[in-house]
Amino acid sequence: MEQNAAISSKDNICAEGKVESKDILRILESHNKDRGGLISILEEIQSEYGYLPEEALRIVSERTGRSLVDIYGVATFYRFFSLQAKGKHLICACLGTACHVRGAPRIVAELEQQLTIKAGQTTPDKEFTLETVNCLGACALGPVVVIDGHYFSKVRKSKVKQLLEQAGEGFDKFDIGKDERIFPIEVSCPHCNHSFKDKTFAIDGYPCLKINVATDHQQGWIRLSCLYGSYSVSTEFEIPEGMVVNFICPHCNSEIHSTSDCSQCGAPMIPMLVDGGGIVSICTRRGCKNHMLDLV
Amino acid sequence: MINLKINGLNVSVEKGTTLLEAAKFLGFPIPTLCHMDGLSPYGACRLCVVEIGEDSNAKLVSSCIYPAEEGLKVRTASTRVLKARKMILELLLASCPQSKTIQDVASAHGIRQQRFKQEYEDCILCGLCVRMCEEQMMAKAIGFRGRGENRSIGTPFDIKSDVCRLCGGCMYVCPACQLRCTYNEPEKAICGGCANLAPPCVEKEEFDDMMCYMNPCVACEIKKD
Ligand code: FES
Ligand code: FES
Repeated sequence: MEQNAAISSKDNICAEGKVESKDILRILESHNKDRGGLISILEEIQSEYGYLPEEALRIVSERTGRSLVDIYGVATFYRFFSLQAKGKHLICACLGTACHVRGAPRIVAELEQQLTIKAGQTTPDKEFTLETVNCLGACALGPVVVIDGHYFSKVRKSKVKQLLEQAGEGFDKFDIGKDERIFPIEVSCPHCNHSFKDKTFAIDGYPCLKINVATDHQQGWIRLSCLYGSYSVSTEFEIPEGMVVNFICPHCNSEIHSTSDCSQCGAPMIPMLVDGGGIVSICTRRGCKNHMLDLV
Repeated sequence: MINLKINGLNVSVEKGTTLLEAAKFLGFPIPTLCHMDGLSPYGACRLCVVEIGEDSNAKLVSSCIYPAEEGLKVRTASTRVLKARKMILELLLASCPQSKTIQDVASAHGIRQQRFKQEYEDCILCGLCVRMCEEQMMAKAIGFRGRGENRSIGTPFDIKSDVCRLCGGCMYVCPACQLRCTYNEPEKAICGGCANLAPPCVEKEEFDDMMCYMNPCVACEIKKD
């Protein structure tokens, strides 16, 4: 449980954080309402809101017929559950034995000083929450600090400031050019073998890839970054998150048919030829970042 | 019927009887703190320890939750039991010295002093009030919260519970705070009673100077005059 506290990601926290009873009812729907279901219900509420709002617990109590006392007891028993709203970024410093002897208290003190809060608190601007855990199971790498699910090992006091700055900007931003996981690729249509490259428009500083897309009602282009590992796109018309679209080659006008289903969301994945041999498949669901590269 | 031996005496009891009840039937006294007739046994205080088994297999169990077994040999006052019981009492005194109930049991066991760091808790987490509220009052207004050293008893979110009917049952059964209303004669009260306590079922602010659940509190009003 304690480990989970560290990895709970900020992505799924409801932005407005307002408790809607229909949201809670939906969560209750999908779980069994007897004794055993309580923890998973609470887990889901927490992943939705980032914490357990009082209102939500009251609704759960009403609907499941369990007394509020019991639910509150469970919610306060586990470290994983929090009754207070957490900040946007969750910082978890390990204070376990191994990390302790490797100087974790100094790291925590430095974090506290930089953020001007105490462990267990949230900054007034709701940006950071600082927590401590007792061992993350990575003792040889101590002192360990986990920020928004990213693990940092052998953290030194001098590195803390930089880590916090990085966390504020978000770790998902890559330093293109320095990160060797990111490289430009040129792809083409699997039917007519024409390249999708569009020199007239640059994304991430490289010429982009232009493909036509169609939904049930609309048609237009989508421009993707040609950097493998970058998810920057621009589209002609607004495609709502989660919508599955059809991809059409702008040269031969044939639809690119899917060859497999996305392992993450189940939507069709479409293949494209990579210059120099190989196939890259991308998920056709807007917002899903799943992709596969098969080099030959 | 189950036959067992308590302090050398044979007794046969019905299935499901606890050792405590069996010993009581024979008239052997066993001190208890978290046990009360009419509430489900809980085994929190361990004051009711007895020794079962023989020689190297002998072990200490809390009699209020241990069901009678066929052929069991029980000793309710062996040296080992007394030693353990004294230790438990000392620990209880260390955490909750103002409780009259604990003081009484302790002095009955010849304890004049305890050797641990002195604390002044107002709760020993025996759970009597929680069970009272749930099982006899059918309310479930208070319960356990937190874990480990942060465990406490109270209402959800520490605000006045809407299922609490202010029956006072929780205070009535509490071994740590039943002296609450001797407040009109605080010098005579051994523990200072209510002055130390925050009843868990009500909001605190309102009761700043009279911490019990009655509003107005008769005893406190008298004292004020
Ligand atoms: S002590 Fe920090 S990871 Fe184990
Ligand atoms: S009376 Fe048996 S454990 Fe408290």
